[in-house]
Amino acid sequence: MADLRDLYQEVILEHSKAPRNYRVLAPPSTQAEGFNPLCGDRCTVYLSLKGDVIEDISFQGSGCAISRASASMMTQSLKGKTTHEAEQLYEQFHSMVTGATNAHSEQIGKLAVFAGVSEFPARVKCATLAWHTFKAALHNEREPITTE
Amino acid sequence: MSVHTTVAPSYDVEAVRADFPILREQVHGHPLVYLDNAATTQKPTAVIDALVRYYHHSNANIHRGVHLLSERATEDYETARSKVQAFLHAREPREIIFTRGATEAINLVAQTYGKANVTAGDEVLITAMEHHSNIVPWQMLCNEKGAHLRVSSINERGELDFDAFQNLLGPRTKIVAIGHVSNALGTVNPVKRIIEKAHAAGARVLIDGAQAAPHIPVNVEDLDCDFYAFSGHKVYGPTGIGALYGKAELLEAMPPYQGGGDMISYVTFEKTLYNKIPHKFEAGTPDIAGVIGLGAALDYLQQLGIEKIGAHEHALLEQATERIASVPGVRIIGTAREKASVLSFVVEGIHPHDIGTILDREGIAVRTGHHCAQPVMDLFAIPATVRASFGLYNTKREVDALARSIEKVKEILG
Repeated sequence: MADLRDLYQEVILEHSKAPRNYRVLAPPSTQAEGFNPLCGDRCTVYLSLKGDVIEDISFQGSGCAISRASASMMTQSLKGKTTHEAEQLYEQFHSMVTGATNAHSEQIGKLAVFAGVSEFPARVKCATLAWHTFKAALHNEREPITTE
Repeated sequence: MSVHTTVAPSYDVEAVRADFPILREQVHGHPLVYLDNAATTQKPTAVIDALVRYYHHSNANIHRGVHLLSERATEDYETARSKVQAFLHAREPREIIFTRGATEAINLVAQTYGKANVTAGDEVLITAMEHHSNIVPWQMLCNEKGAHLRVSSINERGELDFDAFQNLLGPRTKIVAIGHVSNALGTVNPVKRIIEKAHAAGARVLIDGAQAAPHIPVNVEDLDCDFYAFSGHKVYGPTGIGALYGKAELLEAMPPYQGGGDMISYVTFEKTLYNKIPHKFEAGTPDIAGVIGLGAALDYLQQLGIEKIGAHEHALLEQATERIASVPGVRIIGTAREKASVLSFVVEGIHPHDIGTILDREGIAVRTGHHCAQPVMDLFAIPATVRASFGLYNTKREVDALARSIEKVKEILG
């Protein structure tokens, strides 16, 4: 049986209490809104691109420990990456938290702390909300995206 | 002769628990503590057996066959209607219409009575504590008709502001739709007074009884409501079945809801003559098994006694409120003087979703989220709550387990 400590790892709790890059980015950044209608979690991701590179990324919103920590650590991981690398990381993160794969690539790095989420199917959407929202910001989607 | 007299316990919760097979389930290695009764209730053996018995011995379509099974199915189906009539204390069985649940019952009224009687500039009055199912059907009606949806406010305890409600009643108010008990806050509304005032203003009243029917005796004749809706699955019956009570004279004057078989008495391509009530509102083959299961659930409730059930649940609610409120950092959401079964709360600095996951690992099922009442969450400026809701099989031991687990949540996440 999966232990609660597999889900609520110290790193995750620490990020949820003191999220990094928790701020609004000044224009000309792009932004997108994400919403989880099941639990009411909301998340706005701000994105500043220079050519093909993510020059800056931040977020704001309200949500559970998993969704806040995931958003916080996502912004750290994506800063400085090319959009292509970011999309790859999105796919890898998604595979990891949905349990589609147990083998984690080197790129996943610190994000491996979210591997435990796959044992808690009801919480996968909490971990992926920020990532879905990031993707919407990247593709400049205007309608708020939802996890449903 | 012995001087000792043993007082029989008025409510034997352990005997009641034995009637519910699912309560023997283990969840993550713990005995199931099911505190999500406001979402749906578990089913007693009597209900499960009624479904099996129907499919084993009576399955046939109703109201049409001349064969024995069809007669049996029809009789069982119509007997269940009489059971609902008795449960709600309606005057006649024909005032009971079977629907998929309270939601469909409300939609039925909005789409038939509402469409026929609400015109541009009219008003539909609801309260700020309604479930989405008692908001959206009226919003749809108002949008279509150019009518206005008025919302009566609630105070910080989660009680209806009665003066504000009265002030919103006016000559344009055509329908008042209000929950008997709030699913998110547990507030019991003073529906009898509300109905009196609404009638005095010339409005018709629909009561959403989804959260009241399992806990409070309902007497539609005494309340004098025009419509009353409830769901089978919240009164220990099957999912997908519920009922609408409507005063006969209103139902007779209302246009049909859906067209199809069973709701007609004569059809040509030029013209159709509709069936009498209640059949006019029951197009197509209904959930016959569900109706029979609902009848069995109501028998079960009557046998235990709804007053006794209510008293048992109220004792649990009081115990739980005291225990949970004393945990540092806990804020109870919904502190109305009159409450039934529902304990909603938040814990400072910890999101309800995280609490729900940790409680689940202790075998405790609660609801976390906005409870289909987002306007209520906005009012209290919170995204969500944890909601423990009590049913007739819950125990003080389970309330203790809940309180202990909240402490554990604080250890892990605090």
